[in-house]
This record gives sequence, structure tokens and C-alpha cells, in this order.
Amino acid sequence: MTKTINLTLKVWRQKGPHVKGKLETYHANNISTDMSFLEMIDVVNEQLTLDGKDPIAFDHDCREGICGSCGAVVNGRPHGPEKGTTLCQLHMRHFSDGDTVVVEPWRSRAFPIIRDLAVDRGVLDKIIQAGGYISVNAGGAQDANAIPIPQEVADKAMDAAACIGCGACVAACPNASAMLFVSAKVSQLALLPQGKPEAARRAIAMLCSADKAGFGNCSNERECEAECPKEISITHIARLNREFFKASFGSSVQ
Amino acid sequence: MNWLINTLGSSIGKKLLMALTGLGFISFLVGHLAGNLTIYGGKDAFNSYAAHLHALGPFVTAAELGLLLFAVIHVATGAILFYQNLQARPERYKVNKSGGGRTIGSATMPYTGFVVLAFVIFHLLNFHFVDKTHTTIFQIVSEAFASPVYVLIYIVAMVIVALHVSHGFWSAFQSLGANHPKYMPFIMGVSVAVSVIFGIGFGFLPVYISLFS
Ligand code: SF4
Ligand code: FES
Repeated sequence: MTKTINLTLKVWRQKGPHVKGKLETYHANNISTDMSFLEMIDVVNEQLTLDGKDPIAFDHDCREGICGSCGAVVNGRPHGPEKGTTLCQLHMRHFSDGDTVVVEPWRSRAFPIIRDLAVDRGVLDKIIQAGGYISVNAGGAQDANAIPIPQEVADKAMDAAACIGCGACVAACPNASAMLFVSAKVSQLALLPQGKPEAARRAIAMLCSADKAGFGNCSNERECEAECPKEISITHIARLNREFFKASFGSSVQ
Repeated sequence: MNWLINTLGSSIGKKLLMALTGLGFISFLVGHLAGNLTIYGGKDAFNSYAAHLHALGPFVTAAELGLLLFAVIHVATGAILFYQNLQARPERYKVNKSGGGRTIGSATMPYTGFVVLAFVIFHLLNFHFVDKTHTTIFQIVSEAFASPVYVLIYIVAMVIVALHVSHGFWSAFQSLGANHPKYMPFIMGVSVAVSVIFGIGFGFLPVYISLFS
């Protein structure tokens, strides 16, 4: 038999980017502990709809932790209290009957609130557009082993590439800095031979783009790596710093 | 030159400035502590250390100006960071909880930094910008620490310095890009050790002087 719990939710409700929002209290009753956090909100939303009220707006897509759409701050923790999981992977069995759960959106000047828990993370795409790519001419696929890459390097690049762009690092950072995201996106390319030719331009352009977007400055608080659902390490931030110094002081890129 | 201003003005550039000047202060403190330890050799040892130091003449002035420049950069950059980082989150969270990354040291950096600045000014007014023609440095120091209030101020200030250094030391290496799986645990260990040594090393001096002079 599945266990069910009752929760008191305090959810941030805000009708649009420029209106004042506030925490509203809801009761989530008979929630199966096998549900995910998003499914729990679905249940609450169904009731709200039946009552003729506005359902809680939140972003979601894959619901299996790979798309980076979902995310909210649950009792002060981005994506909730579990390590290495997104909000859609957070199961209600981690909560107890009678708990009060406060749900807030990512808070950053660079992420304006669209509605309720949904925030505009478009600036992350802008950072990618500034340099998070490699320019290759299309053509016949190259032989797979033409460029040897040590397994260790490939693994590190893969670790960085695991970033799903959810923005939890920004939400978790006491300074609302996006450094972990930028470092993952710079690292995944900087580590591989295919990324090297454009490394200098990329490091400078992506950092400038992030600085312009209104994020705070990283002060090595390490909250990002503690909350990142993909457990991206701050060693990537150190690599980003090295790439940026190399590009600024050692290349001709302005 | 434009590129240099852009580089140093960027978020990583400001990190670089904080890291380099911070490490500069830590090296200074190591020297300062080593010199102060001559107090345990008694009055004459301490006075002769001071005399030897001042005999270096222009080198001392150059070092002082260097430290002043470092202080201006560190304080100004720190103030900008504090202000920008506050602005980056206009609407704060109703519930705040750490995921386990921050430490007391890292969470209080701007505040401990401000207190250290106030303390340094106080300290310089006490022991540096004083007329030393008719007295010795040992006398000035022992007279000051005859007051328990001074001893207390100094001990509290040293605890705060220790907190600031506990985050600042390893953080400077991370900022400079020196984070390596083999060396980082060591750097973290040294960070704790250095802050404890500064805290106890400097913090015990006023106690010793007030008790034994
Ligand atoms: S680094 Fe982690 S927390 Fe930040 S956007 Fe990528 S996956 Fe999300
Ligand atoms: S909905 Fe795709 S990661 Fe959560």
C-alpha cells in the first residue's frame, strides 16, 4: 500500500514580472510518497483549478532530470534537500506528514520572474550564444580515432557537459553568481582539442556576457557545487579562471 | 590599456585583485608575527628588532607604501564586490538555508573585512603614528596592554582576522585557478593552520605582555 502524507505549502505567487508577489498557503492532502515534487504541485493545481483559482505556474519538461527546465527553492534549498537531484526527481518520501514546505522561485536580478515559480533564464542562452560552441565546417564525419583524447580528459569534459543549465547554481549562490554554469560551459570545450582553437575568444566573450547579464561576483562560497543537481565541481571554476587569465594576458584577443 | 581595465574590471579580474593583494597581506602578517615573537625574548630583544627594522630606512618606506597600495585595492575592490553582490539579488529569499558550502569565514567576509580595516587604523594610530623620540616601542606596547580593554579589543580583532584568513587563504588559490585534486586538500589544511596560527600567535601577545611586563 502506498503511504500518503499531508503538507502545508507556502508558495510564492506573483502575477507578473513587475507586480508584487507574496507567499500563499495551500494544503496538499493525501500526497502519495511515491510522487515527485512536481506531481505534488500538479495535485494542488488540479484542486486550485476546480476551485476556480489560478494554478501555480512552474517550469517543467522532461521530468527525469535531464532538460534543466524545472527548479524551485524548497525550504531554502534549490531543487530541495536531496543531493544531486533536480526538483522533478525529488520524491515526496523525503518529506514527513505535517511538514510545512516553503516554495520560492530562483532569485536573481538576471532571472526576472515570469509568473509564480517560473523565471526567465534566457540570459543563460545568451551566454552560450556568446561563445559556448565550436565552429566546424559540416562535411563527412571524421574518423572516430583521428584525434586521440586521453580517457581522463574525456571524463572531465563529460563531467562539465553534464550541466543542464537549470540555474540552481545562481539560485544557491549567496551572490547570485552564475560562475558554475559559465565554468561548466567553458570547460566542456576548453578541455577537448576541438575546443582549443577558439578557447581564448570563448573565455572572454562568455565571461563578459555573464557579467553584463547582472549576475553577482563569485566569492568561492561553494554553495553552487553543493546544490548543483549534476554535482558540477568548482574545479571547473578554477579552470575557467585559468582560461580567462590565459586569454586575457596571453592571447591577442581583446 | 583598455584590455587591462576590462580584464581587471571583470568578475574574474576583481577576484584576481582580491587574491593577489590578500596573499600579499598574508605574507606580510607572517613577517609581522615572526618579528613580534621577539617579545618573548624580552624587552631588549623586541626593541632591537624594532631598531633593526627601522635601520632598513627606505626599504621600510617602500614596503609601507606597497602595503598602502594593496590596502586601497583590496578595500575598494571588496567594497565594489559587496555592493554589486547585494544588487544581484534585489528580492531576498524568505527561507535561507545553506547546502553545506559556506563556512562562517566565507559568509562573513565583507563584515570581518570591514572590522579588520577599522582595527588596522586603530592599531596604526596606537603604535605606528606615535612620537617615539623619548620612549621605546616596548614601553608603548606594554603601557597600552596594561589596560584590559586594549587586550580584549586585540584578542577579538585577532579572532576576526583568523576568520577572514580561514576563507581568504584557500579562496585566493581557487581564484588564481590553482585548484588541483592533489594539492587542494593540502591548501585547505594550510588555510586552517595559517588562520589558527595568526589567531593564537597574535592573540596571545597582548595577554603575555599584560601579564609579564
Ligand atoms: S552548473 Fe549545475 S546548477 Fe548550474 S546550471 Fe548547470 S546543472 Fe544547473
Ligand atoms: S523537468 Fe527536466 S530536469 Fe526537471
